[in-house]
Amino acid sequence: MGLEAYIKDNGFLTTQVNAIIAWARKSSVWPMPMGISCCAIEMMAVGDPKYDIARFGSEVMRFTPRQCDLMIVAGTVTYKMAPVVRKIFDQMPEPKWVIAMGACTSSGGMYRSYSVVQGIDQFLPVDIYLAGCPPRPDNLLHALMKIQEKIGKTKASQFHDVPLKEEGIKLPELNVIQKN
Amino acid sequence: MDLKTLIPQKLKEKFPAVEFEITDYKDELTFKFDKKFVVEICSFLKSDTGLEFRSCTDITAIDWATRKNRFTMVYNIFSMKHNFRLRLKADVDEADCKIDSVSSVWRAANWQERETYDMYGIKFNNHPDLRRMYMPEEFEYHPLRKDFPLMGIPGSIPLPKK
Ligand code: SF4
Repeated sequence: MGLEAYIKDNGFLTTQVNAIIAWARKSSVWPMPMGISCCAIEMMAVGDPKYDIARFGSEVMRFTPRQCDLMIVAGTVTYKMAPVVRKIFDQMPEPKWVIAMGACTSSGGMYRSYSVVQGIDQFLPVDIYLAGCPPRPDNLLHALMKIQEKIGKTKASQFHDVPLKEEGIKLPELNVIQKN
Repeated sequence: MDLKTLIPQKLKEKFPAVEFEITDYKDELTFKFDKKFVVEICSFLKSDTGLEFRSCTDITAIDWATRKNRFTMVYNIFSMKHNFRLRLKADVDEADCKIDSVSSVWRAANWQERETYDMYGIKFNNHPDLRRMYMPEEFEYHPLRKDFPLMGIPGSIPLPKK
């Protein structure tokens, strides 16, 4: 069945490293479910057997940012929550992508008020804006497919975080959280 | 006796010096009085064996913007024993934006007064922990005041850098 049928007599594949890495990456995008309010309910629905995000290889919702490469920001982001979202995003290893799920996250939505950030793109790099209040689960799957498309076009060399030999190895700067 | 007649009677008996403004609108009883009596009256309403207003449902304020006494404190209290609701009001002026805390009477008042402080900037004397409830600690304004713009004051709450 599938791939095995082709390799039964020691078959081999020829491809580019970039292509196979991009293929592997896009076929198992691990989401960070940043469920902040009502949109999160639809995000949960995506995980259930009816919509079944597992078909796209993204069923492993990781609640630790260190293991994720896609942040689904689902819900109203208030000014008070913004630093938290940003901090979690900063903890995700590169490469990483962001879906702004729902009207609130994309533009503040119906909360045109002093307490809600009018679009998370003010402090996060957003890849996909997802319309709806809330978007249907199929919409989120569509967004995921768009992200996969985007990842499929990337080259692994874009993201190399190991410094080139000439530059020597630099240690990352420590994040100083608070200076006294 | 009916509680509607009993409560005013008891209050007038107990506090002869206080001037009560009593309204009965849509079957809801409201007492308005001077703010300096608030703790005495509240603890009496709670502890009196015939009344027992043991539950403090809500505390908030009203901003009248241009009126002389700019704010009105509102206390909604409830007697489980009699299944009876009561509303208390007291005016607070902007120049002397303070009122005594009733958190010594009802512990539930603690957070509700913090919320009122956060949103209206009314200070509560003798409050055990008067910090902001919703807005960030370093925020300088009080959002539910009528002169606060709906969309906030740009730059007053910092966002993380992109
Ligand atoms: S877009 Fe609608 S459903 Fe989503 S978080 Fe905002 S209000 Fe809730």
